[in-house]
Amino acid sequence: MTIDLKTVKHISKLARISTDEKKANKLANDLNSIFKFIEALNELDTEKVEPLTSIADTKLRLREDKFEANNIRDKILKNSPDENKDYFVVPKVVE
Amino acid sequence: MSDITKLSLNELIKNIRNKKLSSTEITNSFIERSEKSKKLNTYVTDNFSNALAAAKIFDEKPNMDLKLPGIPIAVKDLFCTNGVRTTAGSNILNNFIPPYESTVTQSMWDEGAILLGKLNCDEFAMGSSNETSFFGNVQNPIGENLVPGGSSGGSSAALAANLTPVTIGTDTGGSIRQPASFTGTVGLKPTYGSCSRYGIVAFASSLDQAGPMSQNVKDAALLLEVISKFDNKDSTSIDFKRNKYSSELTNNIKGLKIGIPNEYRVEGMPKEIEDLWKTGIEIIKDCGAEIVDISLPNTKYALPTYYIVAPAEASSNLARYDGVKYGFRSEGENLIDMYEKTRSEGFGEEVKRRILIGTYVLSSGYYDAYYLKAQKVRQLIKKDFDNVYNNVDAILTPSTPSSAFKIGEKTDDPVSMYLNDIFTVPVNLAGLPGISIPTGIDNKGFPLGLQIIGKPFDEQTILNIAYSMEEKINFKNDITDWWM
Amino acid sequence: MDVMAKNNQFFIEREQNKYEVVIGLEVHAQVTSDSKLFSSSPTKFGAEPNTQVSLVDAAFPGMLPVINEFCIKQAIKTGIGLKAKINKKSIFDRKNYFYADLPQGYQISQYKYPIIGEGKVILDMADGQKEIGIERLHLEQDAGKSIHDIDPTNTFVDLNRSGVALMEIVSKPDLRSPEEVNIYIKKLRSIMRYLGTCDGNMQEGSLRADVNVSVRRQGDDNFGTRCEIKNVNSIKFMQMAIIYEANRQVDLIEEGKNIDQETRLFDTKKNETRSMRSKEDAHDYRYFPDPDLLPLEISDEFISKIKDEIPELPDEKKKRFIDKFNLSSYEANILVSDFDTSKYFEEVIKNSDVKLATNWITGELFAVLNEKNLEISKSPVSSNNLSKLINLIKDGTISGKIAKTIFEEMIDGDKDPQTIVDQKGLKQESDPKALEELINKVIKNNTSKVEEYKSGKDKLFGFFVGQVMKESKGKGNPQLINKILKEKLNG
Repeated sequence: MTIDLKTVKHISKLARISTDEKKANKLANDLNSIFKFIEALNELDTEKVEPLTSIADTKLRLREDKFEANNIRDKILKNSPDENKDYFVVPKVVE
Repeated sequence: MSDITKLSLNELIKNIRNKKLSSTEITNSFIERSEKSKKLNTYVTDNFSNALAAAKIFDEKPNMDLKLPGIPIAVKDLFCTNGVRTTAGSNILNNFIPPYESTVTQSMWDEGAILLGKLNCDEFAMGSSNETSFFGNVQNPIGENLVPGGSSGGSSAALAANLTPVTIGTDTGGSIRQPASFTGTVGLKPTYGSCSRYGIVAFASSLDQAGPMSQNVKDAALLLEVISKFDNKDSTSIDFKRNKYSSELTNNIKGLKIGIPNEYRVEGMPKEIEDLWKTGIEIIKDCGAEIVDISLPNTKYALPTYYIVAPAEASSNLARYDGVKYGFRSEGENLIDMYEKTRSEGFGEEVKRRILIGTYVLSSGYYDAYYLKAQKVRQLIKKDFDNVYNNVDAILTPSTPSSAFKIGEKTDDPVSMYLNDIFTVPVNLAGLPGISIPTGIDNKGFPLGLQIIGKPFDEQTILNIAYSMEEKINFKNDITDWWM
Repeated sequence: MDVMAKNNQFFIEREQNKYEVVIGLEVHAQVTSDSKLFSSSPTKFGAEPNTQVSLVDAAFPGMLPVINEFCIKQAIKTGIGLKAKINKKSIFDRKNYFYADLPQGYQISQYKYPIIGEGKVILDMADGQKEIGIERLHLEQDAGKSIHDIDPTNTFVDLNRSGVALMEIVSKPDLRSPEEVNIYIKKLRSIMRYLGTCDGNMQEGSLRADVNVSVRRQGDDNFGTRCEIKNVNSIKFMQMAIIYEANRQVDLIEEGKNIDQETRLFDTKKNETRSMRSKEDAHDYRYFPDPDLLPLEISDEFISKIKDEIPELPDEKKKRFIDKFNLSSYEANILVSDFDTSKYFEEVIKNSDVKLATNWITGELFAVLNEKNLEISKSPVSSNNLSKLINLIKDGTISGKIAKTIFEEMIDGDKDPQTIVDQKGLKQESDPKALEELINKVIKNNTSKVEEYKSGKDKLFGFFVGQVMKESKGKGNPQLINKILKEKLNG
């Protein structure tokens, strides 16, 4: 199976990474060689195998429902690219 | 004392406790040497002035009961450090200053260690040569224009060059063990769930583990003892009874059964690696342990499985780098435009490649064929290990299929780069502990390592085996300070 | 089950054809909890922007989710309330998409293996009951809030809500009319309020729904292509959106056009739905199990402990009210639909007459609550005092008419009815001698009317009753007055 240019553009869009024609071509090449190598898995019959959902040999721990009333807005917003002191700011979204 | 930086961690601690050396003296020595070693490009961000201040404070009121009393340590730049820039080797986090500390580094500071700086690494730990870092490649102190391995390449290079007494890296597919092998140092990847992932920039959540890198096994045991801790901030952290790795360390491995997996004799493996492995087997026998031939039949599927699982998780883990909350932003006409510009300018080529692989294998119509399939094969790989561990206590393999290669040698061929991790990846997929110890050199004089893989939660046994072997191998790194 | 509802039918008619509307709801109910699903930030509504946000909620690098036990209990409780299957193993998945108010770039949700499986909700319609199937209930994180109207060129993001636990309750496509949707939502809300798992406050966004609408010709067995109307936050808007959307789809079919399966948005100002382009290309959510979490395993013991905490639910309570108190189905419905109402009712009848209590609560009390726009939990008349008032009526101390006057006074500061009766001397006059005196006086003063009555003008009886009542200042016992008056006039 080969990954064509259209697929590369589609997954780039899904991943929110812009690509131009040249880059997309290079990526298609790279991805094809990687997938060629990945497809070795197809020779294995895994029909009856349970997929492994977690490698951690433990049970999901449950946290007590307690809140910490720390207002850390300043810390949270400090690294934000915009200067606003109350909100994160992004270019206008039109729905 | 002129050779402070050559001392091992345990020797430094001894000298501090005996008051032969102060934390300030030690810290100064490592800073001085680091300043003279800029050519290696190991540091992304240094913390020298803060470190000196902290050393002074330590010396004024030294607490010798701590496990790492006043010891300066530089760490991989994947660990978030409170108030100190943390980049993960990426442009997208170029200006990110975390207001929090990773659990693993916090454990080190709690035991008296001092942050020396943040060490270069492959971008988001994706790479085997440290060449994908936004901050440039790192030189292997073994020889000019050699890669130090990756992704913990800044860590392995800084350690081998004696710019830090020990360090910590992270290992997703071999990122501690492979660079350790390339630089003649010791690197240990603990059992998945041993060290908390809280505060470590995530690459692939089901594979990532932090671990110690050191000049010798004893240092690794001590550092592991400090950082291996149950943490309820990480849901995958496991509350098992941990050994006192350093004090329980023994060179008595008589009667242990060590497995030699047939499937690790891969096609095209250099004879030197084969010979090294044989040497290791002889040493093990010499130590009184028993060698058992074993089979891990699904080994050859490990790398393809890894290159589905790791990129899939990464594609999702790296979705948070979108220019909204922190890090780099490229202005756009609208939200989507801003996302796309930020992420294409903020991420490097390898990271983008892996995000796209991951996006593809999870996308509608392909999930079953790739991701689900990989999860099933991962189960088979894990079962392989479960089976052999009924008969053996540990497994001995080469760490890498080659020694350090030239910078630029493999950058154009992603698949050949990925093959570097062929011996280390199965260990991550199965969540097992593995340690690489320097064992010999190839005909170019570059170090080669052997890997000991243990049962889950049985770090003590692989440390003991490594410790016994180390004694007999008596490996000395030949480093000439060529960069100075 | 009573009679199956069948008269409550809803069709969209065109010249040639009659269309049935098929509706399925995905209700997002905010779990009542102190802290968020995967972090310890508070969940309180109405805080200053971004003040209830932790490093986890804002998806800082290396931050990890740790699940809240109480939220799991709440989901299981709700599952029990929906008579649903509790899945002992469920998995949290990541739903991947980019949006400004989704800091992680994915939402932690449950996809293939939800915590709760199939269940049902019984609707009490005017003409009988109808069962609506529940497909599943799963836990997920809420997103933050994008604010588009603060600044002309930018969108502002508030992450206070980011990470708050939601239960997504997915119905089967069993709903057939806007009225059924209304009753379904109210019933769901009632069950969750009984359980204390969701406050159901739609103004605060605690309950919202995605509405799936399709249409088909009457008698057709196959479903039509559906459209999903996202995030509608009031029952009225849901109903308006359904009516608009169903008509839009019918028009397309009538014109021989295709309906595109798509996500739409209800514009409350224009009262229409429109395609949501921003979501179009983000449709491939790439679900996969969240590797930061493990599968959630629930033991039988855990479930049975929760079962012990389940209160009597509306359906059971209704049955009990009918069986034990002889209420009509209609009355019982009104009294059980809201937990606080049922609680109030049961408090009142502890010491007073059921029939009177039913009438007073559904009549006078509801009127006052309605007028003052109050919840019954904030009722100006306590259950204790209403109970006393009813007893005063029952034992003949006051008449029903006086009771209404007293009730008016009780509203102001929850006054004790006995005190009002005493202070104002409103005690009913039931002494036959005293009443006879009054009656004699009225007869004496209206001799010509008495003559008229006696000559056959029966209708005048009411006049005499009125006069006696007036003389008694409204306090005369009406039954006694009637009795004595009849004896006097006829005798």
